Order: sequence, then C-alpha cells, then structure tokens
Amino acid sequence: MTTRIVLVDDHAMFRAGVRAELGARVTVVGEAGTPATAIATIRATTPDVVLLDAHMPDGGGLAVLEALGAQPRPRFLALSVSDAAEDVIALIRAGARGYVTKTISADDLAAAVDRIADGDAVFSPRLAGFVLDAFRDSPAARPTDPERDPDLDALTPRERQVMRLLARGYAYKEIAAELFISVKTVETHASNVLRKLQLSSRHQLTRWAADRRML
Amino acid sequence: MRIGRAPDGDPDFVSGCSPIPVGVPGGDHGWMTASSGRPVLCRRPGRASGGGVALGIAEHLRVRVTAVRAVFVALAFLGGFGVALYSVFWIVLPVAPDSGHGRVTTVLEHVVGAAAVVAAIVTVAYTAPLGGLFAPMLLAGIGGALLWRQATETDRERWRRLSRTSLSARGTDRIGRLRVVVGATLVVAGGVLVLARSDTSAIRDGLPAVVVTAVGFALLTGPWWMRTATELASERNERIRAQERAEIAAQLHDSVLQTLALIQRNADSPREVARLARGQERELRGLLYGSAEAGGQFGGALRGVAAEVEDAYAVTVEVVAVGDTALDGDLAAAVRAAREALVNAARHSRVTNVALYSEVENDAVSVFVRDRGVGFDLDAVADDRQGVRGSIIDRVERHGGTARIRSEVGVGTEVAITMPRARP
Repeated sequence: MTTRIVLVDDHAMFRAGVRAELGARVTVVGEAGTPATAIATIRATTPDVVLLDAHMPDGGGLAVLEALGAQPRPRFLALSVSDAAEDVIALIRAGARGYVTKTISADDLAAAVDRIADGDAVFSPRLAGFVLDAFRDSPAARPTDPERDPDLDALTPRERQVMRLLARGYAYKEIAAELFISVKTVETHASNVLRKLQLSSRHQLTRWAADRRML
Repeated sequence: MRIGRAPDGDPDFVSGCSPIPVGVPGGDHGWMTASSGRPVLCRRPGRASGGGVALGIAEHLRVRVTAVRAVFVALAFLGGFGVALYSVFWIVLPVAPDSGHGRVTTVLEHVVGAAAVVAAIVTVAYTAPLGGLFAPMLLAGIGGALLWRQATETDRERWRRLSRTSLSARGTDRIGRLRVVVGATLVVAGGVLVLARSDTSAIRDGLPAVVVTAVGFALLTGPWWMRTATELASERNERIRAQERAEIAAQLHDSVLQTLALIQRNADSPREVARLARGQERELRGLLYGSAEAGGQFGGALRGVAAEVEDAYAVTVEVVAVGDTALDGDLAAAVRAAREALVNAARHSRVTNVALYSEVENDAVSVFVRDRGVGFDLDAVADDRQGVRGSIIDRVERHGGTARIRSEVGVGTEVAITMPRARP
C-alpha cells in the first residue's frame, strides 16, 4: 500500500506538478489551497503524510500545524521556497518532521515522503546547516539552569557529524557508509536532532532564527 | 446646500477626511469613531464661513449646522467656554483633504481667531468668578495647543512617549519618576501660593468650579487628543508602507520584468533560460531574505563565487554556510580554491547541481564542494596536470591548509578544503 498524502499549497500549479511527479509512488487523497480547507481536508481524509507549504495566505503552514494541535494527526513535511531560518525553525518547532525546498527532485521528494511516513526526520542540506548554526556555541558557554534539560540543548559529536554530512549533500546511505554505522542509526541520530530542535528550551534558538536576517 | 442627514449617493456629502478609517474597535463612544459610515470628524473650512468646526461636527453627528453653531454661541456666554472650545476644536481637528483652501484666507483666519480669543479672555477675566485665575489657565492651554500644532512629528512622538513613561513610570525610569515628583511639587506649591495670597473664601467657591471645568474639559477633549495621536501614527506608517511598496516595485521592474523579457527571447535555449532564471532567483532571494551582506566576509565571498559559477556555467550551486568570519589572505585563497572546485564540477561532472558547504569553526574553516556527477579515477589523472593540483591543492597548501579530493566513477566528486584560522 502506498503512502496516503494530502497536498497543501496555495499554488494549484505546484500541486499539479507534485501530483504528476510523484505519480504512482503515493496516493494523493486530498488537496487544499488554504489553511482552512487544509485543516478540514486533513480531518476528513486522515492521510499518513501532509506536504505542507510554509507560505500561504491566512497564516501559512504554521496555521495548519497550530490548528491541528497535539491531537493524533498525520506527519508533516514542510516545503518552502523560503531561505528564511525563522520560517523553517518555526514550522519544525510546531511539529513538522522535516523541511525541504521546493526545488527538490521528484525522486528525493518521494524518498522524503516515505521517510516521514516511517516516522523519521527529513533534513535538507539547508535545514542541517541551520541546525549546526543554531547549536554552534560550545555547551560550556551556556548558563546552567536546573529547570532545563542540558541534553536537549546541545548536539552530541555524532549528531554533529551526521548533520555536517547532511549539509554537505550526503544521503542517509552515504552517511552510514562514511561513518561506518547502519542507516537505521543515522535515522535515529536525525530523529534525535529533530526532537532537540523541537523541544530545546534554549532561548538562543528562537532568537538566533529571528536575528539571522539582521546579520 | 443641504447639511444634515446623509442621503445615499449625495455627491455633495463628504464621506470622510481621513484616508485611513480610524476607530476604536469595540469602543462604546461610537459618536467619535468612523464606523457605520459616518463622516469622520474633521474641520471643513472650504464651505463654512469660519473655521469649518461647526460644519464638521454637524456632518459627523448628522444634525443641523445651525444647531451646532447655536450651542457654541450659548456656551460662549458661559464664561467664554464656547469660544475656548471652538478654538481647541479648530486647532485639534484635522482638516478634510477635499475642503480646498477655504473661503477665509489664512491671514484673515488668524486675525479673526486671535481677536476672538483675546476678546473671550478679556471678557472672562472681568466677568467670571475667579476670572483672574481662569484667563491665565486658558492662555496656557492655548499656548500648549499651539506648541503641539507647530511641533514636528518627531517632537510629538517624543512628548507622547515621555508623558506615557512618566505616568506609568517603572522603577528603572528615574527621569520619569523625577518629573512626576517635581511636577507634583510645583502644582502643590502653586496652590499654596495662590491660597496664601488671595481671598480664601473666593478660592473656596471658585476652586471646585475650576476643577470641575478642567476635568470636564479633559473628558471632552481627551479622546480627540488620543485620536489625533493615532491618526498621526497611522499616517506615518502608511507613508513608510507606500515607500516600501515603491521600492519593491522598482526592484521588480528593474530585475524580474527584464529577466522575463530575456527568457521569452531565449525560449529556444533551455540552458540560457535556466541560467537567467537561476540568476534572477538568486537576486530575488537576496532581496527578500538576504542579510545586508557585509563586505569582506568569508560567507559573502563564497556566495559571490558560487553566483559567478552559476552565471558562467548555467548550473545550480546550493550554498549552505554555517558561521562566518572576516576574510583574510588565507581564507581568500580557500575561496579561490573553492571556486576552482565549483568550476571543475560545473564543467566535468555532467550534472547541473553542485553543493557547497562551508563551516567556520574556532580553529579552522572548512569548505566542501560536492557533485553527484560522473566522477573520475584519481590515479588516472597525471600528477603533472595543472587544474586540480595547481589551482586547488597547491594553492591551499601554500596558505597552510589542506585540500582533499575524493572521486568515484559514476558516484561523484567531493573536494574538501580546510584552512586553519589565524589567531587574532
């Protein structure tokens, strides 16, 4: 059985393009052009994966993620033409399991959808770069706060390696070969980094994303 | 001309003087908001005999202008209050933009206004109880209003901010607190002085009247002051927005429209179309999400060479840069080597996508150029061949760095450049 997906994008042409490109590799059970119709469509069709455009009128992908809240819901893959870190980080923090740019090839997109359907994380090179940038400062430089979980605030050396290879354009399989670990382990590292990105309370993360424009 | 109820479609009926409808959402003082299609409260000197205040109020409240004028005249006999009120309205209310220059010339307007005010003050000073106290207060009020009217927008903004901070002064705002204390002291001192020097019984009778009048005046005019402030702020915002729109329109015209025209003319050459589209995309991204790239930065230099290669070879270079630092001689060499690696990938890999990743760490800077192209057999490349050796490896090594090339036929090529950072 193929993955059931819903396409959410305000450009009908883009939806048609993705639908044609993915072809028989997925089953498109619904399409939506606005956050409001997206929420209704997702509730009605209960897809496995939602391809969610970050930029739409009426709040964009973030509005959809926030409206559906923590209830049992499909997994989201965010698509965007934006390079703005704050947009990307906001979507991930709101629960998207991955982020890719709209220039992604059809094969890569199909692979990403499968990965998301399996519960794994999808990092585009750019997202991996954002993660490395956001978690850049050394752990010792941070103030110690007993309320915070220090494990969430820093990447392990291994996670850093995985992110670096992702940023260099390596596929999971190539990373596994490079680091002499299994693909499953690479997936675990990526999921852990995604969790840190979503749950880390480090105040630098949000501020970093907001400040990036003004660098 | 008919004044009064607004008949639908009456061309003579002015719909509003503010370009932006300003209203307090959910506010209960609807009689001064612009909601429900009422004409916005403003002066209409164009069609009135005086300052257009009565006409403006009449249109806003949808009553006869004669009635409004009668109220003003009646109030004028109450210690000149009507005149003062009229003056304040004149000063505070914005002028309707469609009301032209007015029947009364500006000079005459001022002379008449000044004469009326002086006459009112003199009348009050001689007739009303405590007139001696009331007239200076009125003068001060008018003076303040005039100051406000003459002030530039920046000044007004500052005053508003100052008055806000002094009334809701935090513990940290020492100047605001000081102002409140000094102001209160002066007010009390002034009261004591007045009490000490004048007939106490008159004060006892007159003071409540003055206080009541002052409070009433504040209640009456307070909303207008706030309204004026809001209007000024929204007007300024609108101006800034218009400016931004004009800038973006200019940018779109210069770049996007030109590129689209070029693409149409080159429609038979996919390579050229891709090159044009990519160049335009890069430019737009820079405009929309771009950080104002400081010159002489490592990241900026890398993005620059990536753009050059994209333009020259019609490929897409995906740049991911982590961290940034100032460009020095060693890093410039690394950038040039990275450019060579990009050119090699563009020319020989037979794919149109190249990934460029750079990371600035505490002790070193790394650059990776990777393609998923045809690759080549490193051993088959003769040692003496220029290109890779001379332009990449030697160049980097001369500056104390290392360059490593990995390639596999059918898989792709990656050039890794590492340059130690100079100690500051």
